[in-house]
Amino acid sequence: MRSDRQNRAPLALKIAAGAGLLFLHLPILLIFVYAFTTEDKSYQWPPPGFTLKWFAVTWNRPDVWDALWLSLRVATISTAIALVLGTLCAAAVSQTRFFGRETISLLVILPIALPGIITGIALRSAFNIAEIPFSVWTIILGHATFCVVVVYNNAVARFRRLSGSLLEASADLGANGFQTLRYIILPNMGTALLAGGMLAFALSFDEVIVTTFTAGQQATLPIWMLEELVRPRQRPVTNVVAMVVVLVTLLPILGAYYLTRDGDQVAGQGK
Amino acid sequence: MTTAVLFAKVSRHFGAVKAVDGVDLAIREGEFFAMLGPSGSGKTTCLRLIAGFEQPTAGHIEIFGETAEGVPPYRRNVNTVFQDYALFPHMNVLDNVAYGLMIRGIGKAERHSAAEDALTLVQLPSYGARRPNQLSGGQRQRVALARALINKPKVLLLDEPLGALDLKLRESMQEELKALQKRLGITFVFVTHDQSEALSMADRVAVFDHGRIMQLGSPQDIYQRPASRFVADFVGSSNVLPPDFANKTSGRYGWASLRPEAIRIVGAGGYEARVTASGYLGGLTRLGLDLYGQKLVALVPSNGAVPKEGDSIRVAWTPADLHLMEDEF
Repeated sequence: MRSDRQNRAPLALKIAAGAGLLFLHLPILLIFVYAFTTEDKSYQWPPPGFTLKWFAVTWNRPDVWDALWLSLRVATISTAIALVLGTLCAAAVSQTRFFGRETISLLVILPIALPGIITGIALRSAFNIAEIPFSVWTIILGHATFCVVVVYNNAVARFRRLSGSLLEASADLGANGFQTLRYIILPNMGTALLAGGMLAFALSFDEVIVTTFTAGQQATLPIWMLEELVRPRQRPVTNVVAMVVVLVTLLPILGAYYLTRDGDQVAGQGK
Repeated sequence: MTTAVLFAKVSRHFGAVKAVDGVDLAIREGEFFAMLGPSGSGKTTCLRLIAGFEQPTAGHIEIFGETAEGVPPYRRNVNTVFQDYALFPHMNVLDNVAYGLMIRGIGKAERHSAAEDALTLVQLPSYGARRPNQLSGGQRQRVALARALINKPKVLLLDEPLGALDLKLRESMQEELKALQKRLGITFVFVTHDQSEALSMADRVAVFDHGRIMQLGSPQDIYQRPASRFVADFVGSSNVLPPDFANKTSGRYGWASLRPEAIRIVGAGGYEARVTASGYLGGLTRLGLDLYGQKLVALVPSNGAVPKEGDSIRVAWTPADLHLMEDEF
């Protein structure tokens, strides 16, 4: 009984923790509530009434669909690029030794350590100098810079757990490089790549800062929402979209968390 | 007799480090060959040169008459049991064992029944469905062995195969490996730093130091007639004696080795020695002796009067047992 009491947190701490969590999450709930309000000019509290009509309105707005479609395309392609480049880079850094290895490792991680605004400005001036017109592809390039990091980090961690003798054992048993990749490396990397890919997708899907610098006329979903906020027209539509964004990004992140949660065991290092 | 593995002046340098330095070696077909040496002596690099994980910096390697340098590991009819076993964690035991056959494109039913046979060979039948992490160290060892043997290699390489096992398991695996090798007639090459393991299992032993072979011979040769001080020191608890000592006792000049069990206590004659330590080991007693100021270790039978510390005794040995070593490293 005594140990029970010792493990229990004091009341003040509990209240503080509860207040902290409320402070973090209440605004998100407010956004959800405003998706159902009947007032469409301003955010009035308490909402004068509740309605489901904004869902229908949102459904019929082509600009929402354009923005959503663009965001999905950008996120998918950036994630795909990141999966290929991030994995290859992780393989090179973790499996071989070469001059400049540490530098490459640092340079890859840099885009996520730098403030997005620096990355954005840098990319914008680079595109200007190279006279590359702003398009969907410039957005994708911008997003890929930080998506690669996420995939790289996940892949590098998993490569470290893949003991070197596993690959040698595969070669010893007659497998060439591609067979080893297919039967040994990929099955062991699978969950790490899935997790990295999901995180990369989520990051890209709600990215604002880099996008504002690298986009032309196109508006991704977050950019579209930002524009909607300053233009008071059918305001709850933004809230409906916000709800969708929260769900679309939350699910992959939860999935990635569950996939990489267990598995502290080092692959191939059973003793 | 066919030569299974031939090394001709093989070197493998890593930058300035000469891991293997001009090794000449001929391993015979069907032989149980041990590479013995302290860590960093080049024995594991030699094994990796045979497997194909390393390529020689200089020299020539042949495996059953075929040139090996430049041939990748997956095109060599040689298989390895790794020190950490390197079982694939995402496959069950059966698929691990059948991996080599799967790579060669052999159908599922056929390769699974072959894998089952291989598991029976290493006394692990019906373990196929388990995952490697559900097995004990000794069982993993056997799975690794089955997986390496299923490809019917011409040479089986074993890298410190018993290093991770506890003493009792190690002893029973030693006997089992020896019996398995006899039955299959495959050339086994194994690397170890444990001299008793090398002496008890191998047909021939190569003692490595600093990337070179210091001595190559049967276990009896290595133990009774060490070629150098290093071999005498490393292989057994032989008494390594300086030239002066050999000169005084035998009239010959040079470093000599004298095995502890060759020293006898005699009533008269021989040399006078003072007992500096006495340790009872069961059937034998281990004595520390001081003879002409030279420290000696002797193993004498425990029956009869066992001298105690401080006693003065007379000891002798057959002149042939004082083995003069050729060189001095």
